[in-house]
Amino acid sequence: MARTVSSRRLGRRLAADTGLLAVAAAFALPLAWVLLSSVDPHADLRVKAPDGLTLGNFDAILTPDITFTPLLNSLVLCGGATLLTVVCAVLAAYPLSRFRSRLNRPFLLTILFATSLPITAIMVPVYALFVRVDLIDTAHGTILFFAASQLPFAIWLMKNFMDGVPKELEEAAWTDGASTLQSLARIVLPLMGPGVSVVTVFSFVMMWGNFFVPFMLLLTPDQMPASVSINEFFGNRGMVAYGQLAAFSVVYSTPVILLYLLISRRLGGGFALGGAVKG
Amino acid sequence: MNGGHRRLRSLGRALPLSPAVVLLLLFLAGPIAYCAWIAFTDLQLTGQAHASFVGLDNFRRAFRDDAFLNAVWLTLVFTVVSSLLGQNTLGLALAALMRRASKPVRTLTGGVVVTAWVLPEVVAGFLLYAFFRREGTLNALLAQLHLPSQNWLFTLPILAVSFANVWRGTAFSMLVYSAALNEIPREVEEAAEVDGARGRRLWWHVTLPMIRRSIGTNLMLNTLQTLSVFGLIWVMTRGGPGGRSQTLPLFMYETAFQNSMIGYGTAVALLLLVVGSLFSVVYLRLLRTEV
Repeated sequence: MARTVSSRRLGRRLAADTGLLAVAAAFALPLAWVLLSSVDPHADLRVKAPDGLTLGNFDAILTPDITFTPLLNSLVLCGGATLLTVVCAVLAAYPLSRFRSRLNRPFLLTILFATSLPITAIMVPVYALFVRVDLIDTAHGTILFFAASQLPFAIWLMKNFMDGVPKELEEAAWTDGASTLQSLARIVLPLMGPGVSVVTVFSFVMMWGNFFVPFMLLLTPDQMPASVSINEFFGNRGMVAYGQLAAFSVVYSTPVILLYLLISRRLGGGFALGGAVKG
Repeated sequence: MNGGHRRLRSLGRALPLSPAVVLLLLFLAGPIAYCAWIAFTDLQLTGQAHASFVGLDNFRRAFRDDAFLNAVWLTLVFTVVSSLLGQNTLGLALAALMRRASKPVRTLTGGVVVTAWVLPEVVAGFLLYAFFRREGTLNALLAQLHLPSQNWLFTLPILAVSFANVWRGTAFSMLVYSAALNEIPREVEEAAEVDGARGRRLWWHVTLPMIRRSIGTNLMLNTLQTLSVFGLIWVMTRGGPGGRSQTLPLFMYETAFQNSMIGYGTAVALLLLVVGSLFSVVYLRLLRTEV
């Protein structure tokens, strides 16, 4: 009896392993293409063993024009917007988490509603509006919009993380006469490091990969972040230089993959947005 | 403590909210309100000053415009195939298999699927473009199996971009469902197995009902995400060939910028926003106990 149960369990495990490996292989094919092509001197569009290893593709793209300027632009845009998002979210989360008010519930519902609005849909009016108020084609305009679009989700996440920090410590600080901002900065924030880093990394990663917002709001090629410039590159040269395109994709994607690894490790692998949007 | 003092105190407490509120009002609520206004005007890309109110003309025009109806239909196909059938079902299947699989396989599969999700949208677009092109990996595989090859981006562009979206988005469903399945107490399933429920019946009568809220949440979020996909399709097909993968966001972009009709393009955007808001409201209702 025991043996049939355990052999059945083993059979189920084998079946599950096989199924998962098949899916993993299918998902891995496009990833394999980009990795192999980036070191292949004669890359084409299909997955194949490279004809010899080369770093020539990386050499060719690691120039100010193709890589460094767009990545720097990405860093300025996404870094600036992330900073703004996180500061605003921390400040906003504090009263929402700590003080009871009749307005908390409607405010949070509005925030949650806003998290799921299709931002894509408002880009045309945002463009028209930015032309009117002279924010079009400016880095600060794009940063402000990026921050606003990411803010609802950041506030929601941050408030949930802050709810997890016990209130007793602050109450002691309040009786000692500490102000709201003081207790936020000295007591709450140090205790929610993982929460703040998750919101920071998540916001940054979302913006780093975002194509449509800078595509609409920026016009000058010098200002374009990597998400848009890669598209130009692809349109003009990538049609033939697949190896270079792959190398650029690798360079551009690596930071977000590393950042993701960082937070998923930090939270013991349990960071699924599933935790944030659990239903 | 008198009323004035109390009001002052609660004002002081709400003060940290103000930067966020200002930002949201100016850059999110503002554009939405502006959207609702210019959707009823004939604003064009050139000559901003002379836009005039045209009532429902843009909407009437949309419903007589074959290109718009085509985009609505393609958006529906894209959403059903890639979000409802694809991401959702595959994500659930992966999460279910992962509970039984051995740890190394679980880690490997999770890693690969999540990598596809974390990659920037445009990069995902290139990878799938390369995969589906005539000279690409899919056709190479089909040739090995002696099956006919074709240029998928030309023959079935909407299916190609739908699969691309499945590739890119399944991780989210997988993570949501993994979390949901982990929250089912082992005893519940074991008790059901003792009662003789197995395989499909166990799933249908025990497991699925227990995660139904996650299913609802996940379907809503997937659908909302899918409705706003732009970069992926733009990189792979630009909505072509001949508009055969032009979903509503791409149609909106083309109308507003290539055809310079901002008013009309915004009307389409407003429709998209309204559909998105309806889904959002349903999503909020699903979550209503949690706020």
